[in-house]
Amino acid sequence: MKQVTASGQTLDDAIQSALEQLNMSKDRVDIEVIDEGKKGMFGIFGAKRAIVKVSIKEDPIEQAGNYLKEITRSFADDIQIEIKQEQNNVTFDLSGEKIAMVIGKRGQTLNAIQHLVQVMLNRHSTDFYRIVVDAEGYRARREETLKQLANRLADKAIKIKRNVTLEPMPSYERKVIHSMLQDNPKVETHSDGSDPNRFVVIKPILKK
Amino acid sequence: MEALITTIIQPLVDHPEDVIVTENEESNKIVYHLTVHPDDVGKVIGKNGRIAKSIRTVVYAIGSDEKKRIYLDIM
Repeated sequence: MKQVTASGQTLDDAIQSALEQLNMSKDRVDIEVIDEGKKGMFGIFGAKRAIVKVSIKEDPIEQAGNYLKEITRSFADDIQIEIKQEQNNVTFDLSGEKIAMVIGKRGQTLNAIQHLVQVMLNRHSTDFYRIVVDAEGYRARREETLKQLANRLADKAIKIKRNVTLEPMPSYERKVIHSMLQDNPKVETHSDGSDPNRFVVIKPILKK
Repeated sequence: MEALITTIIQPLVDHPEDVIVTENEESNKIVYHLTVHPDDVGKVIGKNGRIAKSIRTVVYAIGSDEKKRIYLDIM
C-alpha cells in the first residue's frame, strides 16, 4: 500500500502537501492525524508542525482488475481490459489476439476466471458485487446461440412428444433458456440435477 | 507456472505468505503441489470444490501449451 507522512504549519497544509506527493485527490485517500500541531506564541515560540499520515485507499474494483490482468497475462501479453460499473454490477470486457484461449470450450475457462474474480473481489470489499467477465462480446453471442437452441429444441419436444433435456449449464445460461420459452404456450421448462450439473428440461404440453 | 498459481491463490486467502507451490516433473506429466495455511484450506476448495475446480480449469488452460499433461494437487 502506498502511503506518505507529511508535515505542515497547519493540518490543512500537511494534508495538502501529502496529497501533492501522492498525486491524488482527497476523496481517494485515508488520512490519519499523528500530530495536530500548535500555533505557538506569535507563531514563533513553541510552534509545533502538524503531521499526518496519508495512504491511498484501495479500490476493490481496481484490485480485481489487476488480478484479472495477472491471470490473463499468462495467456497472452496483449489482452486489454475495459471496466464498466453500474452500481454493484461490474463488467470486465477482455479483448486481444488470443482471446479464444481465454474463453475456452463453451466458455468454461472464461467462467472459471469470472468465478475466481468474483470470489476475490467479494473477499476484499464489504459490499457485494456481481461481476461479469466478457470477452469481445462472447456473452452476447452465446445468448443468441442459446436462444436459437431453445427454440429448436422446443420444436423437437413438441414433435416427438417427449421431454428434451439439455446439457448442464451455469445458472445464467439456463435463465436465458427459461425466459426464451416462457411465452411459448406449447412447452414448459424446469431445471433438474444439482449444480454444477444442473440442466434444463423442456417438456411439451400434450393436449388431452 | 508456479508464480502464476501463487498469484491466483494469494488474493483468495488470509495468509498469503503461507501459499507454497512445488513443481514435480514425472515421466509424462508435471504435478504442481499446492499447500496453504490450515485456516485457508476451505477458501481454496470452496463449496462443493467450486473454487478448486475453477483454479484447475484456469491452470490447465494456461498449461495447454506445454507438451506434458499437468496436474494440480491441492494439499
